[in-house]
Amino acid sequence: MIFPIVRTALIGLRRDRGALALSFILPIAFFTIFAVIFGGRRDTTPKISVLVVDEDHSVASERLIQGLEREGSLSVKKRPAAKQGVEQPDYTAATAEAAVRAGTAPVALIIPHGFGENPISFGAPNQNRPTIQLLKDSSDMVAPQVIAGLLQKVAMTAMPDIMAEQGSKYMDEHAGGFTPEQRKRIDEGLEALRKRESAESSGQQAAPVDPNRGMPIAVTARDVVGENKNNPMVSFYAAAIGVMFLLFTASSAGGSLLDEAESGTLDRVLSSRVTMGTLLAGKLCFCALLAFAQLVLMFIWAWLVFKLDFIPHIPGFVVMGLSTAFAVGAFGMVLASICRTRAQLGPLSTLVILIMSSIGGSMFPRFLMPEAMQKAGLLTINAWAIDGFTKVFWRDEPVSHLWPQVLVLLGVGVVLCAIARRLARRWEYS
Amino acid sequence: MASAPVASTPSPLLLPLRIEGLVKRFGDLTAVNGVTLELKSGECLGLLGPNGAGKSTLIRSIVGRVIPDAGTVSIFGERADSAGARMALGWIPQELALYPKLTCRENLESFGEYHGLRRAALKTAVAWCLDWAALTDRAQEPVKNLSGGMKRRLNMAAGLIHRPKLILMDEPTVGVDPQSRNRIFEMIEKLRGEGVSMIYTTHYMEEAERLCDRIAIIDHGCIIAQGTRDELVRNAFASRSEVLARFANVDDSVAAWVKQRGGIYENGAAQFTIDHAAEIAGLLDAASKAGHELADISLRKPNLESVFLHLTGRELRD
Repeated sequence: MIFPIVRTALIGLRRDRGALALSFILPIAFFTIFAVIFGGRRDTTPKISVLVVDEDHSVASERLIQGLEREGSLSVKKRPAAKQGVEQPDYTAATAEAAVRAGTAPVALIIPHGFGENPISFGAPNQNRPTIQLLKDSSDMVAPQVIAGLLQKVAMTAMPDIMAEQGSKYMDEHAGGFTPEQRKRIDEGLEALRKRESAESSGQQAAPVDPNRGMPIAVTARDVVGENKNNPMVSFYAAAIGVMFLLFTASSAGGSLLDEAESGTLDRVLSSRVTMGTLLAGKLCFCALLAFAQLVLMFIWAWLVFKLDFIPHIPGFVVMGLSTAFAVGAFGMVLASICRTRAQLGPLSTLVILIMSSIGGSMFPRFLMPEAMQKAGLLTINAWAIDGFTKVFWRDEPVSHLWPQVLVLLGVGVVLCAIARRLARRWEYS
Repeated sequence: MASAPVASTPSPLLLPLRIEGLVKRFGDLTAVNGVTLELKSGECLGLLGPNGAGKSTLIRSIVGRVIPDAGTVSIFGERADSAGARMALGWIPQELALYPKLTCRENLESFGEYHGLRRAALKTAVAWCLDWAALTDRAQEPVKNLSGGMKRRLNMAAGLIHRPKLILMDEPTVGVDPQSRNRIFEMIEKLRGEGVSMIYTTHYMEEAERLCDRIAIIDHGCIIAQGTRDELVRNAFASRSEVLARFANVDDSVAAWVKQRGGIYENGAAQFTIDHAAEIAGLLDAASKAGHELADISLRKPNLESVFLHLTGRELRD
């Protein structure tokens, strides 16, 4: 009795292309996408862009920069890319900070004046120690940590002569031949160090710990993007998750066209004064309105519950929300127009939307993906929408800076509308 | 009862429907093959045909949902899919083409607006339709909660919301109980009383006989006969009558004997066509001689079903 039941189910599955796709194609597609993002394809590991400003122009600073440039995991940029063949001037502290704010790179390093005179120090904090500034965009939680670590590594490996010279200097300054008096001072210093280590390990309150203590190079990190945000990652996830569900909503709403075609209502509507163009425009408006309402709800929820800075960003939100809703609505119309039945639409939309969402950054931030995957993400509505909302809520950019995202989303929407109109001709006449 | 909404008023001089040489092919299949048809003002034409005969394609051509390969369809002088034709034409499809989650009133309002009705005109039209379909007390009920008969009536009302002068009804009584069917007949007769022209497709011959002034029979994409019921019968059978005979024993030899005598044998009963009642005696005598005992025999005048089967044959259609 079990065999006939299994056989019947297998025949049903074999004849249901949607179920087959969900069962076998979607898992493989997902596995491939995430394997490429996280997997062992080392040649596609993303390089971290870091902007470097050399205010010192000393031998030491240049050696440090050369060491950073030799790091395979970093893409060191001292100046912006040439524009129309014209070389751009080197970054300054101000332009590098602006570039980090704009999302050009997640990190900038400012090597200060005087760095070459005292580039490396050991042991106790030193007021005269030159400190490299690390300007970071905290939406990328990984890059600043990686660069801070690599900076210390480069100091140890790329400047051995400078380290030796610096060590001799310390010996000369602090030991001076180790007279009894010097020995006493060293012993006192070591004793103080032991006491502090002991206090820290036993949990007693001690003086604030210098994060550069023990590090050859002193670095101070500063958030230049998101430093005053209440809940910095909420805006990213509101957009990322929001857009993915918008796509599902739009495909479902577009599916009403298929319901009407299957029930015969579409024929009746088209026999009235309503033309196919009018009908599609009406459906598109509905899908877009629904999508926009969903975004409004999502961001208001984020504002009320997660303290997202919503009110000051309303103009940018409206611009991005409407552009995204239009593109998403048109996407829903295309999906509905491609499918013959509602039963076809379900699996196809699930397949397409989940793949778009994984590549486009709705499930995993694009800046952590391999470069090729980041570029592939630009083929999705998700990526452009998330980039736009990030500009608004994360980078506090003015509405005028949203034009690339708005233009792409509106363009995509128009193209998808044209495709949907073309495909809908099959319903128009026979 | 609410007063009827203002309807479009095409010129009475123009024929409600004129089809000339209509041809529609789908690949190798010719669904409609040179149909020529006219409908006079206030007339109800029954369109009969077996499954796959081309009825639906013909109806969809009239509605403007099919682009013909040849020929013309004009509605009150206007091309089938023109705006004027759409306003003059009401289509009641066989499917329940309604929004199931909307109420009766909301459905009618939607279809009214699709036909360009607004404000007072829309309100009047909705009230008229609800009253005509006897659904006023169910106006706020979602369609999905209605009975089959109610859905059918609302489906009809939705096609008439703009008060068209020409109505196409595609099997409006499919799947309803006798009470609902009677109610639908009354609704249609009321429309006929208002002078509306109508094309009515059905598989129920008694409906066509009851409601239609004229009947056209379509098969293999062609109109194979048209006229009044009496004209069709006369043309098919002249003055002949039908004899129905039922045999006491049912076996292959009976079927063979019936076929030999020029009759049709089906479900244990035989059907013969005779010119004069006197021929019955000869038939009885021959059956007796062949050893076939008759259980029952009756004489009847041919009806529309006789004509239909006579013209389209008895082979099962898809």
